[in-house]
Amino acid sequence: MLRRLVAACLLFLTCALMAQAQDRTVQDVLQEHAEVIVKSSRKTIAPAIEALAGSGLPAAQDVLQAWQSKDMWQRQSDGLFFKAEKRDSKTYELFDFTTGQSVGTVEKSDLKQLKPNSGIRAMIGAALVQFQLNDPDPERRRAAILAIQRDGEASHLAPLRESIAQEPDPDIKALKEVTERLLTISYDTDEAARVTAINGFKGALSLEARAALNPVLTTKTVYAEDLPDTANVKRELRAGSRDLSASEGYALMIAAGALEPQPSPDARKSALEAHIKDGMVGGVPVAALNTQEARDRAYVALAREGVVPPFDPSFSIEDAVTGVRFAEVYAEPSKAVTDAAEVVLSSINRAVGLNQMFDLTLDGLSLASIYFLAAIGLAITFGVMGVINMAHGEFIMMGAYTGYVVQQIVPDYTVSIILAIPLAFAVTFVAGVAMERLIIRWLYNRPLETLLATFGVSIALQQLAKNIFGTQARPLTSPGWLDGALSINDVVSISYIRIAIFVLALVFLGVFLFIMKKTRLGLETRAVTQNPRMAASMGINPDKVNMLTFGLGSGIAGVAGVAIGLYAKVTSELGSDYIVQSFMTVVVGGVGNIWGTLLGATMIGFLQKGIEWFNPSNTLAAQTYMIVFIIIFIQFRPKGIIALKGRAAGD
Amino acid sequence: MDFLKKNPSLPVFIAVLVIFTLVVTFLSEAYGTGALSTSFVKTLGKTLCLALVAIAMDLVWGYTGILSLGHFAFFGLGGYMIGMWLMYARTKIIVVESMVNAPIPPTPSEISDAIGSQIFGVVGSSDFPLVWSFAHSFWAQIALVVLVPGILALVFGWLAFRSRVTGVYLSILTQAMTLALSLYLFQNDSGLRGNNGLSGLQNLPGADAISQDNISIWFFWASAFALLLTYLIAAFVVSGKFGSVIRGIRDDEARVRFLGYSVEGFKLFVFTLTAILAAIGGALYYPQAGIINPAEIAPIASIYLAVWVAIGGRGRLYGAVIGAVFVSLVSTYFTGGQAPDINLGFYTIKWVDWWLVLLGLSFVLVTLFAPKGIGGLFDLVSGRLSPNRQGAPLGPDKGSLREEEAEQ
Repeated sequence: MLRRLVAACLLFLTCALMAQAQDRTVQDVLQEHAEVIVKSSRKTIAPAIEALAGSGLPAAQDVLQAWQSKDMWQRQSDGLFFKAEKRDSKTYELFDFTTGQSVGTVEKSDLKQLKPNSGIRAMIGAALVQFQLNDPDPERRRAAILAIQRDGEASHLAPLRESIAQEPDPDIKALKEVTERLLTISYDTDEAARVTAINGFKGALSLEARAALNPVLTTKTVYAEDLPDTANVKRELRAGSRDLSASEGYALMIAAGALEPQPSPDARKSALEAHIKDGMVGGVPVAALNTQEARDRAYVALAREGVVPPFDPSFSIEDAVTGVRFAEVYAEPSKAVTDAAEVVLSSINRAVGLNQMFDLTLDGLSLASIYFLAAIGLAITFGVMGVINMAHGEFIMMGAYTGYVVQQIVPDYTVSIILAIPLAFAVTFVAGVAMERLIIRWLYNRPLETLLATFGVSIALQQLAKNIFGTQARPLTSPGWLDGALSINDVVSISYIRIAIFVLALVFLGVFLFIMKKTRLGLETRAVTQNPRMAASMGINPDKVNMLTFGLGSGIAGVAGVAIGLYAKVTSELGSDYIVQSFMTVVVGGVGNIWGTLLGATMIGFLQKGIEWFNPSNTLAAQTYMIVFIIIFIQFRPKGIIALKGRAAGD
Repeated sequence: MDFLKKNPSLPVFIAVLVIFTLVVTFLSEAYGTGALSTSFVKTLGKTLCLALVAIAMDLVWGYTGILSLGHFAFFGLGGYMIGMWLMYARTKIIVVESMVNAPIPPTPSEISDAIGSQIFGVVGSSDFPLVWSFAHSFWAQIALVVLVPGILALVFGWLAFRSRVTGVYLSILTQAMTLALSLYLFQNDSGLRGNNGLSGLQNLPGADAISQDNISIWFFWASAFALLLTYLIAAFVVSGKFGSVIRGIRDDEARVRFLGYSVEGFKLFVFTLTAILAAIGGALYYPQAGIINPAEIAPIASIYLAVWVAIGGRGRLYGAVIGAVFVSLVSTYFTGGQAPDINLGFYTIKWVDWWLVLLGLSFVLVTLFAPKGIGGLFDLVSGRLSPNRQGAPLGPDKGSLREEEAEQ
């Protein structure tokens, strides 16, 4: 019922529209140009397309689209044009362009398909752009502009310029203006207009601006001795320099015909092979041809006989290219345009460089917060208590696996993360307390043996994790609201998960400071660290304090494990990947001081990102150089960035 | 004679080593009954090399008190140095053979290019990096086996000891050095074939006609001889006055310094000497293993070295040998899949999976309850018991005498 009502309304509407343009339909326009349309020649078709596009009729867009996609057919009987749809192999159903109504099914033999060639289709496409740019739906207008930005053509320029004035939406208008400038740079014939458009991009960051300017500045290195004066030269080059090797210059000279090519060593060798006669080539025995000098001698002899191309043994590529001029030449002939583009592009590159620096800073910050998270537990057990816990990395791993197990039980990612953090703390706290009670407290006087005993625990725990969870990586999925990235502009962006880790690192720092400075446990820990005997005689139980402090450090490692597991895959080796870096963070920062650990993590994080920036393809090298740097750094500040002074330093 | 009196273990050790070598020779496939397979002879030869590097570790840790977690890096470097010559020389023979039928004899530079593309094709290169400059010369590479790890240890040790990095800091620093080295070698452009490492080292150049049965026993002899020499050197170093000074450094570094000894010099000497010994061990080990890659240098390997010495017993040379031989052979037994599974009814213990757990836990137990390791059992036999240390320390350092001990 409803559908019929809608159909009736539509019919009524169409009738009303028809009434408005009753004097002229699309069919009339088509019939006026029927001859050229059927002829379908690129030279003569222009008036027909212009008439359609300029007719102002609502159906014109449909006609052009149908024509372009080869869906427009002519009925042989009366010469009228229709949009046709295939019904079966022999019959087509025809639709009127103006009404959109079916006008019946016709045999294929009674129809003629219009097959515009690619040239005409391109012309139709350009005409269609005008319709899309003026489409009433803003989203379709935006899509059309973006399509033009991606691959624009010279023919888009005129319709785009026309559509700017009528654009009601200010956002889309700005977008159109930018696109117009991009197209002007690439396709306008007027030099002044192009220069103005180029200057409009000063300081812009968008990839599109760079993509439009770069083709303007493409250069080619050429042999420059016979260069025409009109050439737009970027700079002159000498062969054998950093930008142009001698052999490249040699190849250019040969390509330009300025030099007779000398046969290459390989060519000479095969020529020698081809002319072996009775064990001799050019008067030299084959067995003696095992030096380059003997080979040259044989080849010259052959060349003198005239059986191989001539060769000058004294020839050297270096000598041949010395003193010869080469030049980098712009593909773009206009100097004004390339100069403007160079200036603007360098300003863009400066802006991009600044933003990349900022992006790098953000990267370094997030890496620093990961190192800080991994090291903060160690800052307590190693830094405050002086206990080397090689199993620290395995506590991180335990925390990450706790998160994984919780996610297997609680399917909601947000709830499971909220549950996993205290659970991971609890699990590693218990593990830490157990380890302190069972192993470490017997070894307080033997620090090196603590290192070894905890290493034993570490390999046992790692293998245990492998036995339980297998060797393959387990995913720890972050909740949906942590997906994606916060992008500030085209260059600077940071993923939400890294922001979350940064915030978590700050929270940990706060918690640590609060516990150490404001709570009874912190006070007692500091007392026991400074002088266990004195603390004991003040009524503090050093055993209990040590146990709790160690548990706290381990528990924090567990929570760090959840955070690290969110952005890295959870494997049994997760912890050992971080253990050396964590120790370095604590040692570089200065043992026994949380601010030192913070500084150490910052330094290591920024350093690693900085080194990676010089050589982005090679993170292994970055890590190597970073460790070497740290080893050297420790030579100069053996006690770390922030060194404890006085009694607390312990010696 | 005085030397033997100070080292009562020396004749016993030599006797055991000689008997062991003879027994293995008479059971080998090349010169005896064939009861021991060639691969097992290789395993035994490799184990002797590990015992050698364990002695080096004992010198630096058990006697001098420097817990170096980097000696396996020197071991690996030694292996790389000899591996470069082995690989170069063997590839050269293959390349020359393949070119012998060419219509025109090859020039030296053509041969060198062909060797380069053979060796480095796997990392997408064909040029010889600078580090391979001496690879063509056997004697140069033998010299580099000693020089490269020696100089690295000298420079690293000088930097570290000069700034008085001690104790656990030094351990972490040496571990960092190992990590840096292995990460560096993992790169393809390090010039040592990245993570592919050097391979085919078991094939001696020009010895294709000789079977691996013979080669394995020769390497076994060489390893046994090197172990013997190392033991003699180590025994000589620790028995004289020098030995007393380094033990003094272990127990209280500051006091030795105040007595006027150059602590840094002594430490540097021991550190460099042991690095060279470790490198020689590596140069003998890797031709038997056949392949070396950066994973061998990973920090974990050096920690295992410390584990062997600790389980065998620190501060006695035969302890280190016992620890290395015992742990590495037992490891081979359990991880090789020969150990029978234990069926508990509800769960089957597969030793391949559980061996590391057992090793880790037994290591903890040894550290806690038997700090003298397996070597401590010999004290029970000889009746040498150390005083029962209890109470608070008298001196400033952790290793000094305790109150009650002093009263006795």
